[in-house]
Amino acid sequence: MKLKAENISFKYPSAKDYILKDINLELDNKKIIGLIGDSGSGKSTLCKILSGHIQKYEGEVKFNDEKLPNKGFKPVQLIYQHPEKVMNPKWKMDKVLSESWDVDDATLSEFGIQKSWLTRFPQELSGGELQRFSVLRAVNPKTQFLIADEMTTMLDAITQVQILDSVIKIVKQRDMGFLLVSHDMDLVDTICDDKIYFKDINGI
Amino acid sequence: MEKLLDVENVSISFIQYTKGLNQRDLKVITDLTLDISEGEILAVLGSSGSGKSLLAHAIFGILPENANLNGKIKFKGKELSQKDKEEIRGKDIVLVPQSVNFLDPLMKISDQAIGHTESDSEKAEKKLKQREIFEHYNLGPEVDDMYPFQLSGGMARRVLVSTALLSDPKLVVADEPTPGLDEKTVEETLNHFKHMKEDGIGVLLITHDIHAALDVADRIGIFYSGYVIEIAETKDFSGDGENLLHPYTKALYKALPANGFELTKGHQPLHGEIPEGCPYYDRCEMAFDRCKKERPQLISLGNKKVRCFKYEEGEINEA
Repeated sequence: MKLKAENISFKYPSAKDYILKDINLELDNKKIIGLIGDSGSGKSTLCKILSGHIQKYEGEVKFNDEKLPNKGFKPVQLIYQHPEKVMNPKWKMDKVLSESWDVDDATLSEFGIQKSWLTRFPQELSGGELQRFSVLRAVNPKTQFLIADEMTTMLDAITQVQILDSVIKIVKQRDMGFLLVSHDMDLVDTICDDKIYFKDINGI
Repeated sequence: MEKLLDVENVSISFIQYTKGLNQRDLKVITDLTLDISEGEILAVLGSSGSGKSLLAHAIFGILPENANLNGKIKFKGKELSQKDKEEIRGKDIVLVPQSVNFLDPLMKISDQAIGHTESDSEKAEKKLKQREIFEHYNLGPEVDDMYPFQLSGGMARRVLVSTALLSDPKLVVADEPTPGLDEKTVEETLNHFKHMKEDGIGVLLITHDIHAALDVADRIGIFYSGYVIEIAETKDFSGDGENLLHPYTKALYKALPANGFELTKGHQPLHGEIPEGCPYYDRCEMAFDRCKKERPQLISLGNKKVRCFKYEEGEINEA
């Protein structure tokens, strides 16, 4: 499995300067890679391009030598920092979850989700609990590559370990690719096999 | 050092409508106790969404109308009524809010920093002082005429901090001052608090960022499911965490990537489902029988405080 970015450049239509310039990146499912960079440097923009959420950019993203599909399920899934922003606030959690896939009980308990949470609205759960749901949504059986963009930044240290532990288990089990984007050097050193500094690959 | 703020057994609950006209009383903070002296930084550390910001709102008397506040909030030994809070807020006690969203988007920076004035001479005097403090925080004269949207993240933070210091406060309450900032700006913001401490100001830092708390605070209050479960000294967060008292605090310390990334199961009970006994009972490895039914009180051990039966009668048994 190969996720490849070739000469990616990006600027907002109204802006003069490029945020991303000539980025080349090759990722696979053999190693967990950590991407490190300051906030505001454009990491999240790159993540959105890699997962197919931004489609107007220069260069090419190829997944297994093919272009990312622009409709239907995206094989590269992105998990954001703020789970409450990816969920419909008027849906209860079981609907939020089944929008993606039917999760079995074993997986629910592996992610530490209580059955009673399924009948609640997003605002009735804490950030840590919501992030478990957000991760579970992203690990749909059709997902092949997972990008975690500051996924645990808002969480306490204990919840951070719990969520990453579950994610890495499922990534290994299903042989998925995993890119961890973070500003926390200790975290990247603990979890990843290799790291990339964003400023080294961004040619601006 | 004189004691500035005493928060004693504060609880905050909200009246909510459940179905039709049925109401329920949802307890968000059950028992919050802490104190701050002059020239001290105390951090309150809790996960996001745990309700710790309500503490700041309670101190300033700006809780919403359906909130119910119990317990005592004392400033320099005197219990504060709602009227007292309105009197001293913005003078002796000031708030550094989370973001520029708390500024008026249609008002120039210098005008809102100075605030309401009675006369032209008062305005001129305050303007002079504002300029002086802004200058001290590296904000040039051009900032005075800017609008909030024109400020960068770091500048906005400096504006909020220097505005707070305009009234020569005794106590500064900072609510989540670090998220969304890059490393350099975080460091700069934390340095502002260190300077305040050197000037004898007490700082209450409300945060979910353990690194920020460890960096600047003298003591750290750990907030768990609506309780303060421990007030530890920052220096105890070292080695294997052997000087930390509460099992949750120990687990939190060991879960940091630099300290082992250790996994602890379970989750914090949500508001409204907190068990009758110790809030940490179902995750605790050394729970006694009584922990299930009885709720431990916050007990003092020297300079520290802990809410755990293990340390009752002042005995510190090694785990």
